[in-house]
Amino acid sequence: MTVLCLVETDADGAADASLRALTFAGRLAGSGASPGERPPGTPRGDDGAWPASRQAPSRVPVAVALFGPVDRVPAGALAAYGAASAHVVEPGHLDGYAPRAWARALAGLAAETGAAAVVAAATDRGSEVMAYLGALTGLPLAANCVQADPVAGGGYQIVRHRWAGLLLEDASLDGSPALMTIATEAVPAEPVAEPGALAVHPYAPDTDADDLRVRATETAGHSSGASLATARVVVGGGRGVGGPDGFAPLEELAGLLGGVLGVSRVVTSEGWRPHRQQVGQTGTKITPELYLACGISGAIQHMAGCAGAKHIVVVNTDPAAPILAHADYAVVGDLGEVIPALVAALRARAGPA
Amino acid sequence: MEIGVCVKRVPMVGGRIVLTPDEQEVDTRLSGFTISPHEECAVEEAVQITERLGGTVSVITLGPPAAADQLRDALALGAKRAVLLETDGREWGPVATTAAIVAEVRRHAAGGVGYDLLLCGNEAADTGDYQVGVRVACALGWPCVTGIKKLEISQDGAGASARASREYRGGAETFEFGLPAVICVKEGINLPRYPSLPGRLRAKRAEIERYEPGWQAEGLRKRSLRVPASQRKQATVLGTGTDAVPALLGVLEEWGLLP
Repeated sequence: MTVLCLVETDADGAADASLRALTFAGRLAGSGASPGERPPGTPRGDDGAWPASRQAPSRVPVAVALFGPVDRVPAGALAAYGAASAHVVEPGHLDGYAPRAWARALAGLAAETGAAAVVAAATDRGSEVMAYLGALTGLPLAANCVQADPVAGGGYQIVRHRWAGLLLEDASLDGSPALMTIATEAVPAEPVAEPGALAVHPYAPDTDADDLRVRATETAGHSSGASLATARVVVGGGRGVGGPDGFAPLEELAGLLGGVLGVSRVVTSEGWRPHRQQVGQTGTKITPELYLACGISGAIQHMAGCAGAKHIVVVNTDPAAPILAHADYAVVGDLGEVIPALVAALRARAGPA
Repeated sequence: MEIGVCVKRVPMVGGRIVLTPDEQEVDTRLSGFTISPHEECAVEEAVQITERLGGTVSVITLGPPAAADQLRDALALGAKRAVLLETDGREWGPVATTAAIVAEVRRHAAGGVGYDLLLCGNEAADTGDYQVGVRVACALGWPCVTGIKKLEISQDGAGASARASREYRGGAETFEFGLPAVICVKEGINLPRYPSLPGRLRAKRAEIERYEPGWQAEGLRKRSLRVPASQRKQATVLGTGTDAVPALLGVLEEWGLLP
């Protein structure tokens, strides 16, 4: 028996979101991944989650499915985050991204490894492949899970995001294997204490022509700069920026802090900035160390996108803005004055060029 | 080009989400209803495609009788036909929803027209299941892609095809395939128009086709909903205006975020 986890890779190795999903898979594997008993009357923690079982868990191995050349498998990272084996579909068998073919491979691997659960990060690709896996197998899929515990008698008790994390849903999930995508903005990646060796196995999926009708014909990008989803610092701009010409100081500040610019929905709806920079329920969910939100009032759909930030600092003229109720610190003032002063102070610190 | 657009009536949530006392639903006594921004963009995209290539946009929803409001909103934006898959108001899961949409697609085809393209929002704003479009496509044997933020539909003697792109790690990935297909789009693919007055008047009078699909149980069952405890409290104010900059630098330094 295994817990099977889809891992996405790029030139830099395993995607951050996939390491988070792998952490989730490891927890699931540590809970036995199969029906066990929770002591009756066990109270939930303050976060609503069940405490870790006090019973000695019957650990099952975590198996990883990934697509790419076998000599590029990020074995060190996979082992560090708890994987015991990696099943690799090489380009000779399947070249590039094809969601239904990837799902077909996951279905085959789930059967071959006796997976109790199949999980993937809820990225565009992860969500898409898992939906295909649900459709191909006729199994239910729970999207954006943050916790899962096996239930005596079969199935899982899960906690998943609704409203992009503004609500939590407690639910029961059937299915063998149980299919879940992981809301990785809420599940930090944690290396395991004692990594084992990683066994690497090539895998040839049994795909048909229909599985390959949808395939990425061009995959461009892999820009070397930090992406919004993975940036360590995000400087946010909202309506308070005032117009399309007001973002230069924010971008300069982001550059000085080694971060990127993010914006609120009104900014993209007005066409001030491209939609790919939007933070929020319908944009990107961010997980930086610092989110510096400037001129953003804090609609809950925006807060859904930045709830994964470790620290939030606000610059806003309105001390009653809703975003202050979700922030660590605030500067009450006009961002048009505060941000240039902050930029100047950072430049002065850096010393003469 | 016959295009069906699937939309979902969801509560319009503002400052915070309040639950019903039984913790089963969002309390909507004081809120309006809307559709997801992704779906607003799906309606707009469909209207733009038919403006260019001709054809009809049908808007399809599964929901209570009041979901006719959301159909009329889409009609006001340029959809020509509206289909209500009527429920008794309880929540439908992705498998049951899929079956109801597939039945509508087959019914429309049996009527001699048939959809060339189904557009969905990438995920519903409320349940966020991220799967109905893919399940519908697989049931019909159609291709499907999700997360699409750029779409080109072309039509020639050999048939119609799609070129669809989405963001991928700071770049883009592109898919090309023949229609019919299901495509799940995201906000950002276009800027939706506002309804015109003639559009609103036409929508008000338009007839809505109604069907009653059968509910079915799901392998994913909601037990209850809860509002997560906030991780943060009210912000500490560091100061006012530029005078606060030294304190702000101090905080960033303490967090190890200064270069």
